[in-house]
Amino acid sequence: MNAPEQIVLIRQHLIDPEVCIRCNTCEETCPIDAITHDSRNYVVDPAICNGCNACISPCPTGSIDHWRTLPRTAAYSLEEQFSWDELPVQQEVPEDSAVETPAETAVEQALADGMQINAAVSPTSAIAPWSAAHPYINLYLNKNPVTATVAGNYRLTAADTESDIHHIVLDFGNQFFPILEGQSIGIIPPGVDENGKPHYIRMYSVASPRSGEREGYNNLSLTVKRVVSDHDGKAVRGVGSNYLCDLQKGEQVQVTGPFGANYLMPNHAGSNILMICTGTGSAPMRAMTEHRRRMFAKGQPLDGKLMLFFGARTPEELPYFGPLLKLPPAFIDMHLAFSRQPDQPRAYVQDKIREAGAAVTALLGGDTYVYICGLKGMEAGVMEALREACSAAGMDWAAVHAKMVKEGRFHVETY
Amino acid sequence: MSTIDYSEKIPNNVNLSEDRTLQRALEHWQPNYLQWWRDMGPDGSNGFDVYLRTAINVTPEGWANFDHVKMPDYRWGIFLAQQDENRKVNFGEHKGESAWQEVPGEHRANLRRMIVTQGDTEPASVEQQRHLGLTAPSNYDLRNLFQINVEEGRHLWAMVYLLHKYFGRDGREEAEALLQRNSGDQDNPRILEAFNEETPDWLAFYMFTYFTDRDGKFQLNALSESGFDPLSRTCRFMLTEEAHHMFVGESGISRVLSRTAAIMKQHGIEDPEEVRKHGVIDLPTIQRYLNFHFSVTIDLFGADQSSNAATFYSTGLKGRYEETKRDDDHLLKNNQYKILDIANGQLVEREVPMLNALNEVLRDDYIRDSVAGVARWNRVLEKAGLAFRLVTPHKAFNRHIGTFASQKISPDGRVISEAEWAANVRNWLPSEEDRAYVASLMGRVVEPGKMANWIAPPPVGINRQPVDFEYVRFN
Repeated sequence: MNAPEQIVLIRQHLIDPEVCIRCNTCEETCPIDAITHDSRNYVVDPAICNGCNACISPCPTGSIDHWRTLPRTAAYSLEEQFSWDELPVQQEVPEDSAVETPAETAVEQALADGMQINAAVSPTSAIAPWSAAHPYINLYLNKNPVTATVAGNYRLTAADTESDIHHIVLDFGNQFFPILEGQSIGIIPPGVDENGKPHYIRMYSVASPRSGEREGYNNLSLTVKRVVSDHDGKAVRGVGSNYLCDLQKGEQVQVTGPFGANYLMPNHAGSNILMICTGTGSAPMRAMTEHRRRMFAKGQPLDGKLMLFFGARTPEELPYFGPLLKLPPAFIDMHLAFSRQPDQPRAYVQDKIREAGAAVTALLGGDTYVYICGLKGMEAGVMEALREACSAAGMDWAAVHAKMVKEGRFHVETY
Repeated sequence: MSTIDYSEKIPNNVNLSEDRTLQRALEHWQPNYLQWWRDMGPDGSNGFDVYLRTAINVTPEGWANFDHVKMPDYRWGIFLAQQDENRKVNFGEHKGESAWQEVPGEHRANLRRMIVTQGDTEPASVEQQRHLGLTAPSNYDLRNLFQINVEEGRHLWAMVYLLHKYFGRDGREEAEALLQRNSGDQDNPRILEAFNEETPDWLAFYMFTYFTDRDGKFQLNALSESGFDPLSRTCRFMLTEEAHHMFVGESGISRVLSRTAAIMKQHGIEDPEEVRKHGVIDLPTIQRYLNFHFSVTIDLFGADQSSNAATFYSTGLKGRYEETKRDDDHLLKNNQYKILDIANGQLVEREVPMLNALNEVLRDDYIRDSVAGVARWNRVLEKAGLAFRLVTPHKAFNRHIGTFASQKISPDGRVISEAEWAANVRNWLPSEEDRAYVASLMGRVVEPGKMANWIAPPPVGINRQPVDFEYVRFN
């Protein structure tokens, strides 16, 4: 691609030190401890804030509701914010920049350990589909986590593959923990970090449908990849993922959540769902697919179509490969892409989207909801493939995309 | 449970209807409360529609709901923060035990006393502020006054609920007495001295809400650490309301300073007499008000050494400010703390067991917080290019409780003679003339968007409404 590199902008949440009275309400309210203070200022940590806005309404001063759009690389650090007497002015923003808002970029997925901020550079819906079930959010927070029991933990990927992905089932017993497909939960790893502070929460998308991993049981499942290196390939042992992957049945886990009010599936039976994912980005897709599959198995009315593009290096490294293959074509139109198959050219999800262009555009023209989840590297290629497919079908991708974003029908989460 | 049931006579989120005895007792108390409000609540506010914040549930999404509410139809009720099932007693001899859902018998008297003392301050401030509505400097300020009044009234409800629910007949009698004492009443005054002082004008009101409501923040925060869980939950929800009260004070003084500074710059004047001629409040007068309210408020924390404070802490009844964020053993048996004393005519520091100095610990936390806010006020002057700076007086200045109660100490912390005190007191504390001058400025301005001459408009409205919004409708 010869396109100039796009500057990625974020909307950074800031507190006006001139108006803030340091009453501590925001820090007390923040469900994920993104707000902190020194003797001078109350500040929002851009690495933690997910724009849930829980702090906005309890603030008595209005000082909490300030946002600055700026390049992600120039985000104001905590140290800078602590030193302020007044807010910096909004700098001019290049017109063709992509802007992320924390609200759009709910922290949902942890691949590398630590809180992952959605790294999506494509516009994504800040609202849920109109027919989505109403989610519960923030029921359990750092200060009042709920204890879940490990009901199962097994490796999804073949033992001889590099990629160690686990399917972990957590049981909530008699405790209230309602969850919808696409939502995520927080896990609090036990112990302390190198600074002696308790570990902050790690976020994981839920891979099971609302009725539970085992239907009628109060449990859910996660798809967790053991992290042994960072994005640059440097050896790093992920705190959360290794803790989860090593859990034994019967052990207890501290859980927060549920989180996420946008990345939810439509509930009306006529809606089509187009899912594009890689690796553990499949968790929300599995949840949505399984919810529809149970409806399908019960013979409930279901006019909507499911279409899935799913990428991995090899079939052995593709989570849920076996169960996926058992789904009937009448239920789901499935396109798997493998990039490291011996004797086969490398294939990525965008290649499969191009191949299935006509079917994709037919779906995009209808009552369809798009979900993208996976590594950030996939995003540009997927968007380009969707644009090409539309162009070939005589559709104006920019207009279709903008309309879908506005209507809560286009959801991107990459990391 | 977070949802507040507004269909009940007494809105609540504590399943009041399931406890018929308690419900009847509180329904018996309610008419007395309403009568108290009619007698001692804001002057002449009946029938006003006020843009008030009302909680519909106690989660972040629901607790701040704004709408015009007819006075005095505000639905006072009983709202406790959500329960944390796993909460423990986090300090003292019971540390690590599950937080108590019932009153431990041996701590009953102490707990009741703490709740009554806190409860007594809430209606007191309503009484202290009852005449201020007649001299509000703007429609916006009038609304803020009423918001504070109704919430102070609700805080009384919160304490009365605890007394009724957990303290039987004694509790009911204490709850009655809360309505019988009155601020400044010669025969039956409020328990704490600062709550018997007058709040005669809006400068005093802003100082009160900045300094004295900030005392509320620290006391409520320390009580919210209590091992007695219902008290903790009650105080946690009260803290969310208290924040607005401090905001009114902090921003109010900022606006006064801003207006004074603007006039001083506009006319190139610094002499207080000159400044007064322009109908704004001169900076030395503001400093004297500050000295008064700061010193009276820090008395509220009690004696610098107190065996009661030690008992409250050791028995898990009242913690320190941000107890659970502190890195010590939360028992404090072997810890020391430096308090001030007088030796050879000078102030000196003396180490004492920390458990006995917990009032002083809380007072020092409070002072740090207060001083930081004064620095923010000074930035208003700094930005205006003025050299004058407000300062908080020494903590031994003008004290009526503890070691310094009978001593004369200057604002800069020198032990001085009665004669020196008498010669300077008019420079240090508001004189009758100061109060008369400030009172002369107080006239009612209630047309939306208009401000009295002595105060600048607020930078932002309430709940993102414009400043000229009709916050109070007079019908």
